[in-house]
Amino acid sequence: MTVSMSVTEPHVELKGVVRRFDGPPAVHAVGPIDLTLARGEFVSVVGPSGCGKSTLLDMLCGVARPTSGSVRFEGSDLNGEVPPGIGVVFQEDSSMPWLSVRQNVEFGLRTSGLPSAEIKERVEHAVSFMGLAQFIDHFPAQLSGGMRQRVCIARTLVLRPRLILLDEPFGALDQQTRLLMGDELLRLWRETGATILLITHALDEAAMLSDRVGVMSARPGRFIDFVETGWPRDRDSRVVSDPNFGALTARLWSSLREESLKTMGRAS
Amino acid sequence: MSTSAVNEPTYKQAAPARARPVDALILLALMLLLWQAVGVWTSGIAVAPPLPTLAYLVNLLQTSLFWDNAAATLEAFLIAFAISAVAGLALGLIFGTRPFASDVAEPILSGFYTIPKVTLYPVVLLVFGLGISAKIAFGVMHGLVPVVLFTLGAVRSLPPVLVRTARVLRLSRRQTMLWVLLPACLPDIVGGLRISFSLSLLGVLIGEMFSSQRGLGFLLVSGIAQHNVLLSTSVITMIVIVAIVANMAMLHLSRRLTHRSK
Repeated sequence: MTVSMSVTEPHVELKGVVRRFDGPPAVHAVGPIDLTLARGEFVSVVGPSGCGKSTLLDMLCGVARPTSGSVRFEGSDLNGEVPPGIGVVFQEDSSMPWLSVRQNVEFGLRTSGLPSAEIKERVEHAVSFMGLAQFIDHFPAQLSGGMRQRVCIARTLVLRPRLILLDEPFGALDQQTRLLMGDELLRLWRETGATILLITHALDEAAMLSDRVGVMSARPGRFIDFVETGWPRDRDSRVVSDPNFGALTARLWSSLREESLKTMGRAS
Repeated sequence: MSTSAVNEPTYKQAAPARARPVDALILLALMLLLWQAVGVWTSGIAVAPPLPTLAYLVNLLQTSLFWDNAAATLEAFLIAFAISAVAGLALGLIFGTRPFASDVAEPILSGFYTIPKVTLYPVVLLVFGLGISAKIAFGVMHGLVPVVLFTLGAVRSLPPVLVRTARVLRLSRRQTMLWVLLPACLPDIVGGLRISFSLSLLGVLIGEMFSSQRGLGFLLVSGIAQHNVLLSTSVITMIVIVAIVANMAMLHLSRRLTHRSK
């Protein structure tokens, strides 16, 4: 955190990032991609299925290395290692079924070396922040899908990440739960001040939550459009009734439609 | 050998907790009745009826003849089971985390699993000689494979997202193994151990019946050879009781683990 934190310095910076998978068959999955996230920005990425969104996320958190190009986080290059300060939430339920909610959230801090009082405080704060206080001793099997996803978010929150990457975290949830989880996410974003990158296939979700939405092309995934939403920072799910909301989703769809058709054509 | 087949009944049996002790009693009564019927039918030549057997058993339990042989069986069994469990777990983890190795190993192990291993016992005897090592080897031959297969299956069916989670939480390989892989696979591993328990015991007892001067298997066969039906029936009864109790304990354990995790 001692790196120069001038406002102009990007929090995350991708330059000419390309990812190819060696065959057979060899696949050019992503890129070249240039993407810059400002500190505290909320950016969503939408794209046709199979366009490499998840590959992009893997490279952003350091799980995968780009074939070429560079990924910089807080001024230093990622080299196939996940740096501290990044939290990731996946689409699939990644709660540990053998641990209670409390233990699940603690799991994020097992290697932290923090004093136990500090851990306890962070865990309880994150759990009640995600509205799970009365379920702290429950096991994941006793919770709904939305609550389990909140457990996973809480497990990420205790790390106090400065960059949160979300890979379709609400994809498996029903529409109402998704809208409400979107509100939670916005609240979390405001209170933590973290930079958020959300990968989603839901255009309305992207339009409602983000400062900026990046639209990716069919494979190999590249950014073909960036749309500024212009919402105030203290927005919530009620922006869906804003007259601009329809225009936003319409613009996203018009950018995306042709790319999605390409994917369909390729698939059939 | 699919692991779901082991987990599935747990959901259904969880329903009426009240009916259980009654069910168990009815089952016990039926089994005693069947035992009595077989005893009467064979007029005590093959199987002694329950009451005389129990009386004989009470006396037998006060002799060193029984306890010496029981100790011999227990020793061989515990070593065989320990080897099966530890080696099975290690092999299962190794194969499970290497897709190619598990693709190669699984059909071989499944094939070996279906061989009637008694046919190999002469070979085991020639290799290990008479005595405890042959019994242990035969116990391991029976008990090892289920632990390997169950562990391997559990590791392979581990949700990849948990491994990715371990990565983004910056866990080392060792931490991932101990904190994610092992607990996630534990219910299935206990299921494998439960089967391995019965099969290791089976292997040891068969070994004793064929070629041993000590152990409950030996005692059983000598009872039959001397036409001491009460002795053979008593030994069988003891083995059955121990096996059922151990099985129930392990079933209970695996059910508890599964309940918590599913």
